[in-house]
Amino acid sequence: MTFGAPRWLLVPAAIGAGLILLPLAGLVSRVPWAELPTLITSDSALAALALSARTVTASTLLVLVLGVPLAVLLARVDFRGRTLVRTLVLAPLVLPPVVGGLGLLYAFGKRGLLGGTFEALGVDIAFSTTAVVLAQAFVALPFLVLSLEAALRADGTRHEEVAATLGAGPWFTLTHVTLRRVWPALVSGLVVAAARALGEFGATLTFAGSLEGVTRTVPLEIYLQREIDADAAVALALVLVLVSLAVVALAYGGSARAARRVTERAA
Amino acid sequence: MTARLAALTAGAAAAALLAGCTAGADAGASASATDTREITVHAAASLTAAMTDIAAGFEAEHPGVTVRLNVGGSSGLATQIIEGAPGDVFASADQAQMTVVTDEELAEPPVTFATNTLTIAVPAGNPAGITGLDDLDDQALDVVVCAAPVPCGAVAAGVEEAAGVTLSPVSEEQSVTDVLAKVTSGQADAGLVYTTDVAGSGGEAEAVPLGGGEDVAAAAGTSYPIARLAQAAEPELADQFIAAVLSDEGEATLASYGFGPA
Repeated sequence: MTFGAPRWLLVPAAIGAGLILLPLAGLVSRVPWAELPTLITSDSALAALALSARTVTASTLLVLVLGVPLAVLLARVDFRGRTLVRTLVLAPLVLPPVVGGLGLLYAFGKRGLLGGTFEALGVDIAFSTTAVVLAQAFVALPFLVLSLEAALRADGTRHEEVAATLGAGPWFTLTHVTLRRVWPALVSGLVVAAARALGEFGATLTFAGSLEGVTRTVPLEIYLQREIDADAAVALALVLVLVSLAVVALAYGGSARAARRVTERAA
Repeated sequence: MTARLAALTAGAAAAALLAGCTAGADAGASASATDTREITVHAAASLTAAMTDIAAGFEAEHPGVTVRLNVGGSSGLATQIIEGAPGDVFASADQAQMTVVTDEELAEPPVTFATNTLTIAVPAGNPAGITGLDDLDDQALDVVVCAAPVPCGAVAAGVEEAAGVTLSPVSEEQSVTDVLAKVTSGQADAGLVYTTDVAGSGGEAEAVPLGGGEDVAAAAGTSYPIARLAQAAEPELADQFIAAVLSDEGEATLASYGFGPA
């Protein structure tokens, strides 16, 4: 084993890894393996899993549709206040989720900034699945924007300029040149956004409420079960951990492979 | 250079963290030997304001003593205590969660120190014009309650049964304060909370009596038990704190926040 770093780094590094791995080990140590199949197929668990699958799909699509244009504009168009917009768009990354939930409430709630508008349109998002999707998209969007914008900036505009001189229109250039070159970042950003949406808890609880099959996603079900049936909570938590780890592995492993392919093709 | 600096910072942070842990442990061990002593009280969320006052009074009467309040939903607190959270006193919002702790032999026999009553909370001005529990089965209304496992949810279920009303809530919240927040923000048209919660909402919520007969009134009542924890580091101070809660003065403080006598 070659060691390309000061050896004493091992100590804080091991503590750091332990900080992350020990809670996961603690969780696994409490998993009631024998009852696991029964626990994760109970009516309430299945309702939560189905709701999470539906809402995460919807919010990830929303993130794709809204996040790609946002990232492209932030990376390619030089406008006044761009830095400010970028900072604000990334705010959900650092905001406590409950603060995000309050913000959503004051924007889209019945008495929020747009509450009257929604009421006039006959849309009632209070306590609805739509509210869950909005909360998830709110917290997940910055992950895609961050990943995609960084890739776009790193890639530069050389290829786009060449495409333009060859007569490609802006739309063709965007879809066939720009996005094609940052494809790995787009995919990994989207996957991480989906994982963040899956784990969304605070904003959902504050903004959407908690009702089985409507707003009670897997994290909310875990929070509720924790107080009645800790075994059921741990069983669902295990499912969430495994799905999230798979997602992260897919995002990083997949994007690394794709990045190699893109580099090889370019070379 | 940057990487090295980052590594140094991380190392320093880890060292500080470890040092902090040791210092904390030492302080705990030697607390009774010095003049500064500390007790930790786990109290139900609905008791936050009243317990803060009682703790302040207790600290004034016992110089050098600090009361640390850990407030939260009673069921969550019970879980924390069972999982080994340190503490001296547990004040629960219902008997069931206290039983969870006493069944594990983690608390001394509890004493009831206050009572509370479930009521309907509506946003200030009662925009939906709700007059009682019977109005709440209207599907057009957004009604919020506590989830069944939470004490206020158990009381709400009892009230529904006694009144013969079946609610279809749009949300089942984790704690009574979450229900109140949904009402004061105007998201919900009505919610079932304790009278003390409405009293503490600063006028943002109004109480509407449940209506119905004596059965409903009986089902709406709940009592608060308090007990010294078996693992109390300061058993003597814990007993003194419980005595302060049970004293006339303590009862008066609780009454000022809308709690009934035990």
